Amino acid sequence: MPATLFLPAILAKLADAKQLEVTGATVGELVADVSARYPALEPRLRDASGEPYPYVTFYLNDEDIRFHGGFAATVNDGDELTVVPAIAGG
Amino acid sequence: MVTHSQQPPRDLPALTHEEILRYSRHLILPDVGVEGQRKLKAARVLLIGAGGLGSPLALYLSAAGVGHIGLVDFDIVDVTNLQRQVLHGTSDVGTSKLVSARKRIAEVNPHVELTTYDVPLTSENALGIFKDYDIVVDGTDNFPTRYLVNDACVLLGIPNVYGSIYRFEGQSSVFATKDGPCYRCLYPEPPPPGLVPSCAEGGVLGVLPGLVGTLQATETIKLILGIGESLAGRLLLIDTLGATFRTVKVRKDPNCPACGTRTLTTLIDYEQFCGSPHVGGDPKVSFNIPEITPIDAAARLAKGEIDIIDVREPHELEIAQYPKVTAVPLGLLAAQIAALPRDRDLVLACRTGARSAKAVQQLQAAGFTRVWNLAGGIHRWIDEVDPTQPKY
Repeated sequence: MPATLFLPAILAKLADAKQLEVTGATVGELVADVSARYPALEPRLRDASGEPYPYVTFYLNDEDIRFHGGFAATVNDGDELTVVPAIAGG
Repeated sequence: MVTHSQQPPRDLPALTHEEILRYSRHLILPDVGVEGQRKLKAARVLLIGAGGLGSPLALYLSAAGVGHIGLVDFDIVDVTNLQRQVLHGTSDVGTSKLVSARKRIAEVNPHVELTTYDVPLTSENALGIFKDYDIVVDGTDNFPTRYLVNDACVLLGIPNVYGSIYRFEGQSSVFATKDGPCYRCLYPEPPPPGLVPSCAEGGVLGVLPGLVGTLQATETIKLILGIGESLAGRLLLIDTLGATFRTVKVRKDPNCPACGTRTLTTLIDYEQFCGSPHVGGDPKVSFNIPEITPIDAAARLAKGEIDIIDVREPHELEIAQYPKVTAVPLGLLAAQIAALPRDRDLVLACRTGARSAKAVQQLQAAGFTRVWNLAGGIHRWIDEVDPTQPKY
């Protein structure tokens, strides 16, 4: 399924874009798609075993994927995936 | 409508004639009125940090008539703070942020009762400080304190008005309301130390903490008044460059050790939890890393005995320079390791020595044995070797 991936500035520089079109049937497949295209991005999106980090939250539309099966969460045509890493500045 | 049910009932204080005139524009607002203003006067709000977020928070909550404000900070006003920390002025540089804040708040609104805590917030003192407040507002600049603030708020049942910033982007939410999620529901664990640069390392747009801090002040006032729709259960994402605000859902995690299973019954060692040996946003990493002083490095450089590798970003090199360097931004170091000589003494350098310490570790991990960190970075280089250049 085609979906749109939104990256925060800290990660966008690794993909040269804040917004990317990605394809996959699950969130994990979307992450795999963008990781294949931008290898520098991969270690910021998933750990060595391919799982999400506890300090990088993925929102499929406006839902945290942790409560919808994690990377197994199903993607529908036109969905938006937003990556929200923890930041601490104040 | 979300109401702040944790706040114990309390007789609301009366407003003086001067206060009635001062708060006129609140009093004529239908959702505030005299009763709302008296709620604000009765409220006790604790601000963690008197920096970028703490500045607009302290100014606007004081101006709005919050009766009692607590302020926790142990920092000194630095000239590099002034680009965003509007609570402090040029004449305050070198003085305590709390002294500066007290002076400014008294000028903004002399009716505010201010309590200052000139200490780092710790697991030992947090509960004792927090227990006297209705709302805690998190304006800190580091992960250990954010988890500490969260856990203390959850344990005491005090709402935690959260905001954080990075470069051009910010986040805000309200955690630890009666049935709402907490910071750990959003981020169960912190990132490893060094992965997310601090404002001191990565920079921050000066108006960004103004934007996020005023949103936190707004949420705080809404909680006190019991009006509007709280950000509890939602995370507001702010992108100043894209000029976008959007909210996403924050769900209460039934497995959250703080607010879900409640297996976390006491405050822990947050430095250890976050894996960091330091407090604050600009770590001076020197643990187990060989260092060289700027004076020694300059002497050895003049004899051609060392190579300096500058790991700062290209836009920083325009501000102040080391002589005769190889410039390799930290993010590109891994890709260029093969091109670096292993048979030379290499001195890694940056602005203050934190990023170059990471670079030394990276090269050590790649098998380099002749690598040193330039202690104190270009700041100390300017102090001790070349005072003609500007610090930044």
